[in-house]
This record gives sequence, structure tokens and C-alpha cells, in this order.
Amino acid sequence: MRALVAALAMTAGAPMAPHAQVAPLAIVGDTIPQPLTGEMGDPTRGRAIVVDRQKGLCLLCHVGPFPDQRFQGDMAPDLAGVGARWSSAQLRLRIVDGSRLNPETIMPSYYRIEGLNRVAPAFKDAPILNAQQVEDVVAFLKTLQDPSANPMSNP
Amino acid sequence: MKSAAPVGALALIAALGAFAALAQIAEADRKSGSAFMSAQTQQMQHDDGTNPGMLSALDGESLWKTKTGGADKSCADCHGEAQTSMKGVAARFPAFNEASQTPIDLQGRINLCRQDQQKDTPLAPESRDLLALSTFIGLQSRGMPTAPPDDQRLTPFRERGRALWSQRMGQLNFSCAQCHEDNWGKHLGSAPIPQAHANAYPIYRLEWQGMGSLQRRLRNCMSGVRAQAFPYGAQEFIELELYLAQRARGMPVETPGVRP
Ligand code: HEC
Ligand code: HEC
Repeated sequence: MRALVAALAMTAGAPMAPHAQVAPLAIVGDTIPQPLTGEMGDPTRGRAIVVDRQKGLCLLCHVGPFPDQRFQGDMAPDLAGVGARWSSAQLRLRIVDGSRLNPETIMPSYYRIEGLNRVAPAFKDAPILNAQQVEDVVAFLKTLQDPSANPMSNP
Repeated sequence: MKSAAPVGALALIAALGAFAALAQIAEADRKSGSAFMSAQTQQMQHDDGTNPGMLSALDGESLWKTKTGGADKSCADCHGEAQTSMKGVAARFPAFNEASQTPIDLQGRINLCRQDQQKDTPLAPESRDLLALSTFIGLQSRGMPTAPPDDQRLTPFRERGRALWSQRMGQLNFSCAQCHEDNWGKHLGSAPIPQAHANAYPIYRLEWQGMGSLQRRLRNCMSGVRAQAFPYGAQEFIELELYLAQRARGMPVETPGVRP
């Protein structure tokens, strides 16, 4: 898996074309080392985005350490412990555009507007999350350090 | 980086590709959408006394016998008893229409009769009357196997439906197949993902508190991934319906279905 990630990242080194809504990205290996904004990510705001079914949509697919959240999906890995598994720079690329690591992934690319098909007018030309929201989500995910913290997943 | 890594990665990608191509659901594993519902909702569908779709079928039965339009004819004036003349009809649709040289679905067929034979205006998509007539006609095929016609002229349209089925769309960038072939049985939030067999439409959906057509369901799936849904009656929908009928070939018709 690591090999796959690293190998694919080699082909994904070119920065994206600049666009009004999405700043160019500097991808290095399987990471985006630089934060997308000057403002530090806020984990509290990040959590609110992650559990929000209109904004982050994360729990439609993922389970995670969210005992207060009913109806978590089971289409994607447990978010418990992701902050220990990945660095902030790695998490950033996974949120921004996971398809650069796994072209077959079903995880939406949260900070990308190119290469999409038939996007509804209300969502056109804007990424799912803006740059600050991505930073907030990354800051929150980094707090998820305990892989056994998820009361919803089976032991 | 070790030089072997890219080779391994490519093999993995190739394997993933092969998996995607094989993901089509085997005949023995096919399940109707009703199999993913709670026992309570299944019971509601299976008991005609509690299935709210039966009220729509009753409406349809009276419309079947109602004279209308410039021709002042009812469906029954041409087709007689629906219990015999309409048996198995819904199971075969969409079908090829000679006049337009395109495939049409059952609702399209109903509206053609309305315009050409009854000399009346077409019924609006999702209108109570159109849903009632198609539910009533669908009911005459209940229990019969889905039987898409072996008509070569349908093939190019069905193939376009298949291509649409595997095309990613919307801001969330999903294809139909990624949910309904690769992830059926899993949960999107609280909703179990069914295999997307269209053998129970029109349905009564508790969430809608009313009846809805297959196209309404497909529009919901499309807006769910933040795609611009095709308009009602669009050729793309007929093409998708053709492909769905093919996937469900042989599965018994359950119209009217109930869904959560
Ligand atoms: C539609 C499904 C879906 C949604 C929505 C989704 N993800 Fe994912 N996510 C996945 C899948 C599937 C993977 C597994 C990796 C892959 O497919 O390449 C994944 C992987 C991840 C990973 C890496 C996990 C690991 O342990 O390797 C992180 C972190 C992550 N997602 C966070 C999020 C966050 C945060 C959100 C919301 C802002 C989100 N995901 C929304 C499907 C989804
Ligand atoms: C992100 C996941 C997702 C995508 C993409 C998706 N669907 Fe669905 N679909 C669902 C879910 C979940 C349901 C079950 C309905 C519910 O409970 O909301 C459903 C229901 C259906 C049904 C009804 C099955 C029944 O038994 O009533 C059909 C048919 C269907 N989808 C076809 C499609 C087609 C065609 C596409 C592509 C244009 C598509 N879906 C895209 C998730 C999806």
C-alpha cells in the first residue's frame, strides 16, 4: 500500500492550474506539506464539518470516534486513529484529492473542481470544502490519535 | 524509493481494474430492493391491505375505464380487461417504438395512447393520474419475470445506458455502479444501498409520503451525488431504464413496491 501511494505520487507532482476557487497545489510524494491558508486549522470547527451531513459528508461513508453521531456509514476505513497513522501533510492530500493516490477511490476530492462531470449548477465551480475548511478538517483529524477509540466499530 | 515499487503498484492498479470489471452482480446474488428493507416495511408491501400503492392502483383502475379526450374513449374501449390485455406488458418495458424509432418506457407508452388514440393532452410526469395508470398496469405483471425484449434495435440504446451506469458524475464524483455494484449491502449513513433493480416501480415511498416513478428515484440518486439530474422523460433515463431491465432480467415484478 505504501509503495502504491509513493509510486502514484511520482506521476502527480505537477501543480494544478490556478483557478479562482482553488489555489494551485504543491504535492510532494503523498503529501501536501504547506497548509492551504495562512490561518491555522481549528479542530473544533473541523469536527463540526466532519459530522455535518451536508458539509463534510464524512460519516455517510466512514465510522469514527463519534459516540454522539447515529447512522455512521460502513463504506470506508474507521477514522479512529487516523491522526496517528498519517501526518498533517498526508491527511491534507487525502482530503484535497485522494484520487491522486487511488484513482479508483470512491472518496470525493474535497478541494478540486476539474475533471468532474455534470455537476449540478448549485455546486458548480466550487470545491466541496474551501481551503480553510480543509485546514480545519486536517487539524481535527490530527487529534484522532487512538485507533481503539471508536465505540461504534466491532472489536 | 525501491525500484520495484512502481511495478508492484502497476500490478495493483491492474488488479483493481480487473476487479471493477468483474464487479457485475452474479445472477445467484441478485436481490430485490425489498430485501434490504426492515421486516415491517416488507410486510407493508406484501399485504395488499396495508400497501399504500394499492390505492394508486385502484385509482388507475377507474382511470382505465374513464372516457376522455377528443376521441371520448377509455383505455378499456381499446384494450378491454386490463387483467388479460395488460398481463406481462410492464415486465417488457422499455420497448422499441416504431413511430419514433426510439425506445420508450411504460409511462411514455401511456402518454402516446393518450395523445394518438384518446386525443388528449399528455399526463405530466409524476402526476397522480400517470402514476396511477402505470401502477395499475404494473400490477397486472406482478409476480411475472422481468422480460426485456430481445430486440436488436434496442441494443445501442441499452449500451449507452450501460455506459451512463459506469460514468462518474456530480461534485461527489460517483457512478451508479460504484454504489450499486461495488458497495451494495453497505450503508450510506443510515440507508442500506440496494442493488438498484427496478422491478417494483412505481413505488410508494414513506419518505415522499406518496407514489413516485423510477425516474424520480434516479433523479434522487443523481442529486444525491450533486449531479445535474436529467429532466423527466430524457432519452438518457430511458437508456438507463433499458440497462436496469437487462440487469433485472428474470426477477419477478413487485409493483407496487413500498420503500422507506
Ligand atoms: C463516499 C465515501 C467517502 C466520503 C464521503 C469520505 N470518505 Fe474518506 N475514504 C473513503 C474511502 C473508501 C477511503 C479508503 C481509501 C481509498 O479508497 O483510497 C477513505 C480514506 C480516508 C482517509 C485515510 C484513512 C486511512 O486510514 O487510510 C481519511 C483520513 C479520510 N478518508 C477522511 C475523510 C474525511 C475527513 C471525510 C469528510 C471530509 C471523508 N473522508 C469523506 C471514502 C469516503
Ligand atoms: C452515492 C450512492 C449512490 C449512487 C451514486 C447512486 N445511487 Fe441509486 N440508490 C442509493 C441508495 C442509498 C438507494 C436506496 C434508497 C434510499 O434508501 O435512499 C438507491 C436506490 C436506487 C434505486 C431503487 C432500488 C429500489 O429497490 O427501490 C435505483 C433503481 C437506483 N438507485 C439506481 C441508480 C442509478 C441508475 C444511479 C446512477 C445514475 C444511481 N442509482 C446512483 C445510492 C446511490
